[in-house]
Amino acid sequence: MGTNLPLAYLMLSAILFVIGGVGLLIRRNPLVMIMCVELMLNAVNLTFVTFGKMLNDISGQVIVFFVMVVAAAEVVIGLGLIVAVARRKPGASADDLRTLRG
Amino acid sequence: METAVFLVCALIVLAGGLGVVGSRNPVHSALSLIATLFGIAVLFLNLGAQLLAVVQVIVYTGAIVVLILFVMMLLGGDNEEEFDIEPIAGQRMLAGLVGLLFLGAMLAIIVVGKESIVTGSRSVTQAISTSTSNISQIGRELFTTYVFALEITAGLLTIAVVGAVVLARRPKDLQPLPDEPESLTDMGDVPLTLMHEETGH
Repeated sequence: MGTNLPLAYLMLSAILFVIGGVGLLIRRNPLVMIMCVELMLNAVNLTFVTFGKMLNDISGQVIVFFVMVVAAAEVVIGLGLIVAVARRKPGASADDLRTLRG
Repeated sequence: METAVFLVCALIVLAGGLGVVGSRNPVHSALSLIATLFGIAVLFLNLGAQLLAVVQVIVYTGAIVVLILFVMMLLGGDNEEEFDIEPIAGQRMLAGLVGLLFLGAMLAIIVVGKESIVTGSRSVTQAISTSTSNISQIGRELFTTYVFALEITAGLLTIAVVGAVVLARRPKDLQPLPDEPESLTDMGDVPLTLMHEETGH
């Protein structure tokens, strides 16, 4: 296994993805939850680039480009929501957001 | 050499990832996230994706993490999370169990499947070129094969900007949520969950 570097990359991104996913489940601070989503997205990006290298295909890198754009848009909207919620309930955690209205 | 770089970066990435999840203080989480993203940028370089490595540093560490830190400072949201109290009983243990199962399944697939987990044939039309540079090849692909996706991406970014402006605008009739006491809106950074427990609700 030591010589097979692409598989090691895939394992690393699997571990990183699970770290992000577990963090998303156990943390309560919405900002930290956004950071955990970023971890998961980055793990997937690493997988895409590794697959692109294994198949000698540039598309893997092009798709990562689109994932980054979507991640940036997601963070902007997520932070906007957090700011809007924090106006009404300063220091709100994910547990405080039980209702969707107003 | 490539293996050595991989090992060092893998260590940084994993340590940073654990730091994001395990830090009580959200600012420490953000700093750990920067370490992780930098490690991944170096791994991109290691895989021959030069453009993505640079974009990773500029977009993620330069924009996204700074934005997160900015909101953190703006809201004073750097209050430390209490790890001793568990809001939902047994939830952390279950989350860890699900994570371990998922990780075990993925690692088992990689170990058992070896190279055959990557299906499909090696690319002919979009092969990674050795003669042209990485950035010009990606640019050519973006504006030929993926040009419609690129246009839709422009629309997505516009919607995101408009949405952020609409969300962040302060409404004229800002009121506290109906089922909460009035005074909670002026309490600074005391989390609501703590308030409830202190008053014995």
